[in-house]
Amino acid sequence: MNDRSALSSRGGTAPRSALSVPAVEVTGVWKAFDSGRISVLEGADVTVAPGEMVALWGPSGSGKSTLLHLVGGLDRADRGEIRVLGQPLASEADRVRLRRRHLGFVFQLHNLIPDLTVAENCAVPALAAGRPAAETRARIDELTEAVGIAHRRGHRVQDLSGGERQRVAICRALMNKPDVILADEPTGSLDEETANKVFELIRDLVRREGAALLVATHERRFAEACDRILRVAKGRVLPL
Amino acid sequence: MTFSALIRVNLRRHWVRTGIGVAGIAFGCAAMLTILSIVLGAIGMFERILDTDSQVLVFERDVSDLFFSSVPGAAAVEIRTLPGVAAANPVLFGIVSAPDHPIITTFGVEHDNPRLTGATWIAGSAAAFGPADGAVLGERAAAFLKVTLGDSIPLGHSSFRVAGIVRTANGFEDGGVFLPLAAAQEFFHREGLSSIIAVKLTDTAGATTFKAEVARRFPKLIALENREFAQGYSQFRILKLTGWAVGICAFLLGGLGVANTMLMSVFTRIREIAVLRVCGFSKPQVARIIVTEALAMAVAGCALGLALGFGVLLAIQQVPQLHGYVQAVVSPLVLAGIVGTALLTALAGALYPALYATRIEPAEALRYE
Repeated sequence: MNDRSALSSRGGTAPRSALSVPAVEVTGVWKAFDSGRISVLEGADVTVAPGEMVALWGPSGSGKSTLLHLVGGLDRADRGEIRVLGQPLASEADRVRLRRRHLGFVFQLHNLIPDLTVAENCAVPALAAGRPAAETRARIDELTEAVGIAHRRGHRVQDLSGGERQRVAICRALMNKPDVILADEPTGSLDEETANKVFELIRDLVRREGAALLVATHERRFAEACDRILRVAKGRVLPL
Repeated sequence: MTFSALIRVNLRRHWVRTGIGVAGIAFGCAAMLTILSIVLGAIGMFERILDTDSQVLVFERDVSDLFFSSVPGAAAVEIRTLPGVAAANPVLFGIVSAPDHPIITTFGVEHDNPRLTGATWIAGSAAAFGPADGAVLGERAAAFLKVTLGDSIPLGHSSFRVAGIVRTANGFEDGGVFLPLAAAQEFFHREGLSSIIAVKLTDTAGATTFKAEVARRFPKLIALENREFAQGYSQFRILKLTGWAVGICAFLLGGLGVANTMLMSVFTRIREIAVLRVCGFSKPQVARIIVTEALAMAVAGCALGLALGFGVLLAIQQVPQLHGYVQAVVSPLVLAGIVGTALLTALAGALYPALYATRIEPAEALRYE
């Protein structure tokens, strides 16, 4: 199966885990900031299989977020190659198409758009992708039911609690049925009880949707709840 | 959710800032509408002065302003004898001052000029017009000079007796003073001269022949049909250009307001725009949001500005002192020009903010949570 056929199979009835190409493939990636003075990644290698849940575990500043940004096409590597669903992130158009159709993001802070309602925030990726309104509405209903905030659909996000906001962010990430979810410390700003619930939600929903999950966390318990743990330290990504 | 909902929320969120942007466009629209309507109205009134009971104007060739045109009295006498000429009326234009009124337009005309014979006489009669010290005033001029029939009015270094008061449909004539041609020539030291000769033809089909005949007989004069004159007269063109230039300057200020509003809007939404990019918005989609917001402000500003402009014009025309003098003409072309300029201004004002928004690096914007 070539790159394009791997991409074109998403959204069909076949399980995504049946794809023959890795969901994420990072090979020898280097990334530095401040004109090369601050080296963050030094030859990082990561492979995530379709439907697999992989934790990037390491201390703050180890390069977990940078790696997620690179995989999401939000930033460009200095060296090395990154492929998502077998496709290199070569052009801006490639990166936009991947983010629009195949990737979902959850951040530590929810990063929701203020003054929009829960439903409107969930609909943002669908708007970018030009999905039909009826389909979008049905998906919002499905996802908000799944995360337990259906009764808050019409509320503005600033009226929600931190946990509720992060649930909205999860719905938004899953809106376009992505193949890969990139989560950057998704429980980092929540209290322990809420963090546990939110992480369980992410794990269950990602599993149910059949997507792959690459989650950055510094909390060991969440890392251990994933299929595999990769330790990020000194610019390298190593299996634990 | 739709793009328009996203734009509506963005505009509503900082409504004061949005309001300032809208106000900038609105004032530009109102200024342009008011200025152009008044200028075009004034030009229209001046055109009507010239084409009162005439189809062709004869004046000095290559003068920039009719006030500087000198047509010999003998030319009027000779033109009256040309075939196809029904009437030839010399008019000498001038500006005089009276106490508290520095600019009053005067018309030096003969006693049988159709401007007077065709006017409604409020006081006096056409028969009384002729003696050297008799002046006929337009109704508005009589009102602002506060004189009635028989009163004496000081004009410049001379004094004239009010020989009549007339009502005309034209604001300039209604606010002006008619002097006997000979008196006006003496007053302005232009003995034997007029500014123009308004020529009425027996048949307008003979205009071309008449113009050629004038060119042959009077090399220093030119004859133009009223339509040709209105299109080619440099003063009208200067006035129109000035009107548009002032209006566009007003719009430039409005455009700066839009640019400032949109730039501030982008600066305060850097993280939000980064999130949109993360959610799959392309750079052109982000630019479209910014540009559409600016255009929405322009549409609102246009509606508000046109309403304001029409209100100002209406108010000006209700002022008794200006009655008939300001005659607003709102042409579809002017309206289209104003709306087009407003949209272009908003578009130009949104370009840099839109460009800035597309250059936001999502990773950079989201790095520091």
